[in-house]
Amino acid sequence: MSDTTRPGHAPAVPTRAGDPLAPDGARPVDLGRLRERLSQQRGAAYWRSLDELAETVEFQEFLRKEFPRQAAPLEASFDRRDFLKLLGASLALGGLGACARPPQPHEKIVPYVRAPEDTIPGRPEFYATAALDGGYAEGILAESHQGRPTRVEGNPDHPASLGAAHAITSATVLSLYDPDRSQQLLQRGSPRSWTQFAAAMADALGALTDGPRLRLLTETVTSPTLAAEIRALLAAHPGAAWHQWDPLHADGAVAGLRAAFGEDLAPVYDLSRADVVVSFGADFTQVGPGRLRYAKDFARRRRVRSADDDMNRLWQIESTPTPTGSLADHRVALAPADVAALAAWLARELGVADAPAAALPARVEPSWADALAADLRDHRGRSALFAGADQPAAVHALVHALNHELGNVGHAVRYVAPVAAAPALHHDGLRDLVADLRAGAVELLVIVGANPAFTAPADLGFADAMALARTTVHAGEYLDETGRDATWHVPSTHALEAWGDARAFDGSVTIQQPLFAPFYGGKSDLELLQALLGRPERSGYEVIRDAWRERVSGDFEAFWRRSLHLGVVDGSAAPTREVTRRPLDLTLPVGDDLVVHFHPDHALADGRHANNGWLQELPRPFSKLTWDNAAIVAPATAERLDVRSHDRLALRADGVEVIVPVWVQPGQAPDVISVALGFGRAAAGRVGDGVGTDVYPLRTAAQPWARAVRAERARGRHRLATTQIHHSLEGTGERRHIVRAGTLAELRQDPAHPKFVHPVTHPVSDITPDWTYDSYAWGMVVDMTVCTGCNACVTACQSENNVPIVGKEQVIIGREMHWIRVDAYYRGDLDDPSFYNMPVACQHCEKAPCEPVCPVAATVHDAEGLNVMVYNRCVGTRYCANNCPYKVRRFNYLQFAELAVNATELSLAHNPDVTVRSRGVMEKCTYCVQRISSARIQANNQGRRIRDGEVVTACQSACPSEAIVFGDLNDPASAVVAAKASVLDYKLLEELNTVPRTSYLARVGNPHPAVTGASAAAPAEAGTEGVL
Amino acid sequence: MPQIFPPNANAFVRWALVGGGLFVGLLIVALPIYARTVNNAVRVPVAQPVAFPHNLHVEALGIDCRYCHTSVEVAASANVPPTQTCMTCHSQVRVGDPQLAAVAASWESDRPLAWNRVHDLGAYVYFDHSAHVNNGVGCSTCHGRIDQMTGIWKNEPMTMGWCLECHRAPERFVRPRSEVFNMAYVPPADQLTLGAELVAAYHIDANHLVQCSVCHR
Repeated sequence: MSDTTRPGHAPAVPTRAGDPLAPDGARPVDLGRLRERLSQQRGAAYWRSLDELAETVEFQEFLRKEFPRQAAPLEASFDRRDFLKLLGASLALGGLGACARPPQPHEKIVPYVRAPEDTIPGRPEFYATAALDGGYAEGILAESHQGRPTRVEGNPDHPASLGAAHAITSATVLSLYDPDRSQQLLQRGSPRSWTQFAAAMADALGALTDGPRLRLLTETVTSPTLAAEIRALLAAHPGAAWHQWDPLHADGAVAGLRAAFGEDLAPVYDLSRADVVVSFGADFTQVGPGRLRYAKDFARRRRVRSADDDMNRLWQIESTPTPTGSLADHRVALAPADVAALAAWLARELGVADAPAAALPARVEPSWADALAADLRDHRGRSALFAGADQPAAVHALVHALNHELGNVGHAVRYVAPVAAAPALHHDGLRDLVADLRAGAVELLVIVGANPAFTAPADLGFADAMALARTTVHAGEYLDETGRDATWHVPSTHALEAWGDARAFDGSVTIQQPLFAPFYGGKSDLELLQALLGRPERSGYEVIRDAWRERVSGDFEAFWRRSLHLGVVDGSAAPTREVTRRPLDLTLPVGDDLVVHFHPDHALADGRHANNGWLQELPRPFSKLTWDNAAIVAPATAERLDVRSHDRLALRADGVEVIVPVWVQPGQAPDVISVALGFGRAAAGRVGDGVGTDVYPLRTAAQPWARAVRAERARGRHRLATTQIHHSLEGTGERRHIVRAGTLAELRQDPAHPKFVHPVTHPVSDITPDWTYDSYAWGMVVDMTVCTGCNACVTACQSENNVPIVGKEQVIIGREMHWIRVDAYYRGDLDDPSFYNMPVACQHCEKAPCEPVCPVAATVHDAEGLNVMVYNRCVGTRYCANNCPYKVRRFNYLQFAELAVNATELSLAHNPDVTVRSRGVMEKCTYCVQRISSARIQANNQGRRIRDGEVVTACQSACPSEAIVFGDLNDPASAVVAAKASVLDYKLLEELNTVPRTSYLARVGNPHPAVTGASAAAPAEAGTEGVL
Repeated sequence: MPQIFPPNANAFVRWALVGGGLFVGLLIVALPIYARTVNNAVRVPVAQPVAFPHNLHVEALGIDCRYCHTSVEVAASANVPPTQTCMTCHSQVRVGDPQLAAVAASWESDRPLAWNRVHDLGAYVYFDHSAHVNNGVGCSTCHGRIDQMTGIWKNEPMTMGWCLECHRAPERFVRPRSEVFNMAYVPPADQLTLGAELVAAYHIDANHLVQCSVCHR
């Protein structure tokens, strides 16, 4: 394969040495040669990217130079005259800068007229409410600074969150203030008032003729109150119908439950009771109801501190690498049809007699499959099987049958009455709606929240059909693709602006409370329903209170206050329901030579978050792509299709052609092209418009998740912005032990096993002073065994610390500003590697290389061991970043952040407790020094020391796996001291004698003893020589 | 070609160079001095929408600081009181006084008063009132005899150097907590002895007070 020759083709943009878009002559990545190199390598070799393996010029540049591509402007010829001119100009400007502030108008202090009770100016308040993911509630605590929401964290009292927050949830405050949100009620583009809208609705509803003339299209509804209002509307208009549309809805889950049990149910997992977890395409820590809770429970059963600890085992069968899958002890990458075939094979093997017969897929080793079956047999009643949201009904039904057969029901799995108000197959519902529209039967179509003009399967032709309704109403946060074509558009409220309620994965209800009045106007879904019910003046608050007053007996005010305070209604979790299994009658999906596989984008979901810059710039797991989606292909498939990363690939199916840039991803299933939905928006807003490629046109209602496709390299190339090779640590690989990983068996065999422990003898260093830490000594531990690389820490940090975004062009040249990054490492085979996630932020070295080189003492050591950055001293020499072996310092090359002088609405999302950095200033992780200060002042005011657990960093608080521990190293009873006492504890690049305060716990895997092939934590062939 | 410049032009150039150098040197010295003194608005009264006399309210009427500045002991901000606080008295006292017209108008119209900031620290400085008040730093230490002021002005330069005078040697300034709100407090003759005792008693970590991260984040 390696000697494949291909005709050169013209690059789309000018290229330069080391550019991945270089013409074919300098072919950067030769996969065949890489395979050969990997096969010859002995021992554990960790690599971060194909570029690194191939040692491309670009990788070398990013590795050696702290500021790649920065020297170019200075290398240009500079004649003496220009030099003197610039010198003169800088002197003059320098003089101006030294001047004191010119007399300026006084800043204003604007107190309240009537102060709200209990509000202390300058001290934040936290409100318990819920954010919705796919309609399901995740409890949050929203931080408000005198009525201004600035930050969202998980609610520790909420069963679906337990304090964790997804990456998207943390970024929601930026969406809240997005000036591109819809701000005006419109009728065919002309501004109208709420009263006019209500009157028009009354007319339209009054004029409805008999029959099914009213259609309501919502997203998944779990809100009991909204569902009741919808049913009241349907009752008032006989023949009206309610459809639901969420492009990411797991239709297969609903159909699978019906097939297995003959009724609508909701599975609820308790992973604290599962020793063995098997996932068929389920990224259960990232996607679907209960994801954060499952991540917590899974991680708690997985964490290992010593050889005495026990851990669970994860078998992951999936088509494309997922964060959950990166933790797998055994992972196999299969095409979607093969996933189903393996599920059927396993079901037959384990005694599900009515499972369809299926041969073991060719890519699955028989010994591997036998070990999987044996593991489940050995752990009857102590295992849990998942099916992913993108799996067909057959896989879901088989998984339920397996859980039932293995006795897991009632232990790690239970079933409750459905949480969604009306479980439905969304694709079928939308198809029915389009048929009715085509028949001309619909007079009034009301679309609440959904954006079907963009997200509907292309074969339905929803946008054309929508025009056939006499009147269409669209309510949404943005004037999106659907809103533009609707007769009426009503701006919707953000989740932090409205009263409402919603249910979590286990049925628990949260009453959502607003933090402030709708910032851009807007009406909540409940209020929109009121207009349709003929009482437009009724507020969401009244609706929700009246609804709950009817539901509770006893002291309503006490109930109301307690429910709002806790963020969850007491005792509202759904009771377990007994289930009886029905005989299965399943057809398995048929595989194809080449399939395209759709998945929700890790950050944009179905595209609704496309205008959120934090999410656009979030490096996606493993590929580390930002500002783009790509056709993710396996190295073998890339060779077969003769493409490489940054090429363009034309995907064709049924006359539809979509051209997507290519990303070659180790660990991707061969012959499967995975593409993320949600990109290529036409009406997202100024940030999201035209970013990436819209792949919805390839999707059909019958095959929404995977379908056969033809693929061919298209002309030209497309520059993808990936951070994969940015901030690479020098010497990544054999000798520096950056990643340390082994198995539980190895740990038990030898606690000081060379896979975990590498004592380093340090030369005595007298360059930096030996500090003493008398009061507090802050430190952090990151547990690699449970880190999924889900990026929750990244957006949490971004929101907490006012970290700006820089845009695609700046990301390409390595200027992204994230204070914490998640390094992804691979080990082993190019086609079937193991994955390792390593979050890296400032390590707060006790002997910090950055400190002595700063000429203006802008980065200094403090008495508690923090390596502090003094922005107002920094003159931007960047010597510190140049000297940082961890490459964690970020420089404001341009005015990335919004300063007060040119502030827009987005600057309202800033944390007022953290300085907004301006151009020319270096910055980096501070260990959330503002939170330390706040805790110290509070403790000091109360005459005590800071308690363990009182300072929680933003990354730590968001982490669904509880992989980050932070605390005082001088407190022997603290959690961080306990974690650091583990034999697995090690420091990154320890041999440099930087004495970092952040340390890592080596990754421990728990492979099945019977499997001798590739396994996540320890390939059997990996000797120890390379490690040593 | 005849000479353009006469020979004494050399001397002129020399003197101009020396003079220029001196001028630059003078600027380097003078500008910061100017910025920290003349242009620092110390003891310059700041006009306010309502001419609030601290002396009348505190000295003459004996109202405690904390009646209006409610959060000074618990939060970073001391709190500029809401109009409501004014109206607790002024709905009864001196109703209709033209000097109070702006307060009454604010109350009636529900539009807040916009006061001019007097103590304006850099955006990268995070000052916390509660940390100072609870550790024996009196109001008058920084704000002077604000209880006697007819108008309002900054009594101290509020520069970093000034802050460090105390942060480097807190024993020179701390007083018993009971005296924090005593505007007429005069440090005793043995301030250094008392101060050292108080620093120990209040667990003031003098070493930590000079860390950058105490004020900058």
